Amino acid sequence: MKRRIPLLLTTLVGVIFVVQFFVPHKPFSDMQGLLSDWVQIIAAFAIWLGALNLMRVSAENVQRRERNWPYAAIIIASFLAISVVGFFFSGGTHFQDPGTPFDWMYQNVYNPLSATMFAMLAFYVASASYRAFRARNREATLLLLAGFLVMLGRVPVGDKLSGFLPEGYRLSNLADLIMNIPNKAGQRAIMIGIALGIVSTSLRLILGIEKSHLGGEG
Amino acid sequence: MSLLDRMLTLDRRWIFLVVAVAVTVPLFLHLEQKIEITQESRGVFEGLSGLPAGARVIMACDFDPGSAAEVQPMAIAFLKFALSHRLRVIIMGLWPQGPMQADLALRDALRDPAVAAVAPQYGIDYINLGFQSGNEVVIQRMGSDIPMVFPRDSRGQAIAEFPIMENVRNFDAVAYVFNLSAGYPGTVEWVQFAGDRFHARIGSGTTAVSAPLYYTYFPKQVTGVLGGMKGASEFEELTGFKGKGTRFMLSQSFAHIVMILFVVLGNIAFFASRRRKRAGETAA
Amino acid sequence: MGIELRRAILLALVLLAGTLLSHARVGAQTPGSAAEPIGAPLLPPASVVADDTPNDSGRSLTLRWALSPSDREEDGAFAGYQILRAQSPEGPFVAVGDTPARTAEFVDNRELRDGTRYYYQIVARRGDALAPSVIAGPAIPAAQWFHTGRVNTLIAVLVLSGLIIYFIEHARRGRPIFLRKIAGLDAVDEAVGRATEMGKKILFIPGTQDMDSVQTLAGIAILGRVARTTATYGSALEVPVSRSLVMVAARETVKESYLATGHPDSYNDDMVYYLTDDQFGYAAALEGIMVREKPAAIFLQGHFYAEALILAENGNSIGAIQIAGTAEPSQLPFFVATCDYTLIGEEFFVAGAYLSREPRQLGSLKGQDLGKAIILALLLVGIVVQTAGIFDFASLFVVQ
Repeated sequence: MKRRIPLLLTTLVGVIFVVQFFVPHKPFSDMQGLLSDWVQIIAAFAIWLGALNLMRVSAENVQRRERNWPYAAIIIASFLAISVVGFFFSGGTHFQDPGTPFDWMYQNVYNPLSATMFAMLAFYVASASYRAFRARNREATLLLLAGFLVMLGRVPVGDKLSGFLPEGYRLSNLADLIMNIPNKAGQRAIMIGIALGIVSTSLRLILGIEKSHLGGEG
Repeated sequence: MSLLDRMLTLDRRWIFLVVAVAVTVPLFLHLEQKIEITQESRGVFEGLSGLPAGARVIMACDFDPGSAAEVQPMAIAFLKFALSHRLRVIIMGLWPQGPMQADLALRDALRDPAVAAVAPQYGIDYINLGFQSGNEVVIQRMGSDIPMVFPRDSRGQAIAEFPIMENVRNFDAVAYVFNLSAGYPGTVEWVQFAGDRFHARIGSGTTAVSAPLYYTYFPKQVTGVLGGMKGASEFEELTGFKGKGTRFMLSQSFAHIVMILFVVLGNIAFFASRRRKRAGETAA
Repeated sequence: MGIELRRAILLALVLLAGTLLSHARVGAQTPGSAAEPIGAPLLPPASVVADDTPNDSGRSLTLRWALSPSDREEDGAFAGYQILRAQSPEGPFVAVGDTPARTAEFVDNRELRDGTRYYYQIVARRGDALAPSVIAGPAIPAAQWFHTGRVNTLIAVLVLSGLIIYFIEHARRGRPIFLRKIAGLDAVDEAVGRATEMGKKILFIPGTQDMDSVQTLAGIAILGRVARTTATYGSALEVPVSRSLVMVAARETVKESYLATGHPDSYNDDMVYYLTDDQFGYAAALEGIMVREKPAAIFLQGHFYAEALILAENGNSIGAIQIAGTAEPSQLPFFVATCDYTLIGEEFFVAGAYLSREPRQLGSLKGQDLGKAIILALLLVGIVVQTAGIFDFASLFVVQ
């Protein structure tokens, strides 16, 4: 029973979603919006679940002085700081208005931290490339050459290096050719495969064959 | 340890250091680079430049500070171009940070002399409707009733009070959607719902890593795609509003060259070690 | 006839010829128009047709008309069209919208009632001048029970679902189904075994998206299998998640796996814990966990975006064995470059079926493969037909 009702609900909602795509008549036309609203409401309440869990685990780590407990203390302090500042220190204006403490924290703390994490990709791409991009076989060599052409062709220096070549044969043109033809073809093929995988997985979920979303074995 | 062994087991921190130098040093050099325009970037510019003064454009900000390095220059160039050409900009976002990033871009854009000369007014020439949760369902609902989805702007004021939103019911009142996308929800959802269902004209500005995926939609489903910082620099070149996209291209050029050199170095070490191993096996 | 009279007649003929000539030149300058000079009286649009908007949920009517002959690009004063509506041909007509110049279509979905008759007039506008069309109607809005523009999608859904269901039944009857080797999935036991030998933990990262993503569901299905293995071997499993709902589902999955293998006491709720919804905050936290606690095996199975390379490269730097799986095309190259095994696209979705070897799940894979074969065949046919210009094959696949 614990599993049967959720499975029935999954099947019902799955079928409704498929049907509403083909039936414009009410009530089907309202279904997607309505159910999506329900998901948003559930997710919004669930955020508290996660946040409270995080606070509880962090507080326990601090209390028991577990290994690396200072990081848990930083989590608690940061969470409280941004919440309190956003709720109570906006001086009567909207908390996102320019000049508010929240805006200051967003611009000077959150923004740089987030941008820094993304920027680390540049370093990791370099170290991953150095380690992994080896011309082990014919296909790997082809991939390597394509990578070189695209990397050089996507920056102005590529055209500077190949400026002596006629128009249409420079590195930027070759890079465009690689991106427009083999890259597009490959991307589309993978997208088709993934779409089929999604259809198959979704059908298994609707038919109750796949039960991972209920926390059980499929 | 031989040189070959050192190359094969190179500590990645040396790679990080060289990349850091390659990215930082060009910031202090003042070298001009010729920016070649791709047809994908031109498509975005032509989609916008063909619009008459007064046309409404949605600026859908679906990115966060993490991707701001690549996408924010596009946002700034777009706002400078749109506002200086008297296009009316409706800012919204499916990511919570998107409209906030748009606000930062607006502050930058409003300081530009070409924009200041036109003196755009909030509520008349531009508006920020803020973030709305619901991902692609928001786009679908906008297709029938935008005021229902965004009854208030990002500051809580009723949108009926703003002239820019007069007679705006759905995408029919909007001449172009410029989507700044860094993931989900993003350009894929705008194409699927706004473009395919409601025939909105869409242009995309996105990170370099996502751009190859969105090129598959060009030119039928999107008028153009700006890919990464290169796309930002191309757009700045086309609009005439040069900014960080152009300035940092030299760093990107250097970084690409450094990466290529490292890959070449790694392959030299790989082939040398393979030859050494074969020689050792032959000797044995 | 006197000379003066002949001169007068000649002058009159010259003037007449000049007038006729100037009219013809104006007509030549405005091709495709009804030779309507600028400044001439404003003309109304013609052929106004009002119909129920097709394939909708009702309360909408679509109007189409032929552009007014006065609607030309050179005439900057032409302001467009105003749409008037009434519930009887005698009126009263009220404005319900307007369209710019060179637009010949309008969808009216403002407070209409299904089953009610509506009449329309399209009014051309130039400054204060108005030129209303003849009254069109009645048009009656109604909802449709089937979206005729999606017949192609319905056929595709029925064919694909039919194939999948057929092969599920086929497999349930005990017929064997061949499955090729997927190295990444065969390596799961090896990875868990290695971690157990080293006495280190296993880190399972189910992606950064929520339960509404099919990839997250696929990742959790794999988590269930991995948890069975860790329960059997007695290895430490840690599952930091990015979404609260994923935390709940993952906890249930891991608990069930430990129960099923007879190790309920080894399960602890804190094995699965929430970090943050923020993409890079999550990546930063995971980086810290990897560097400080040095897990021996890392599973990256789910929906990832830019944080993929950060996580995978970090995992590589600590020497962990990494098995990744995602259906996000932009992140696959990073996983391939940095992980020991990568499940690419469909391989990731079949992981649950592959590991469980449950007949019904295996059957669905066969149906999926056959669906792909049909798509390949259609692609080949389409390439030939489209290239030869026989007909617009691609238009059969447009989804409205």
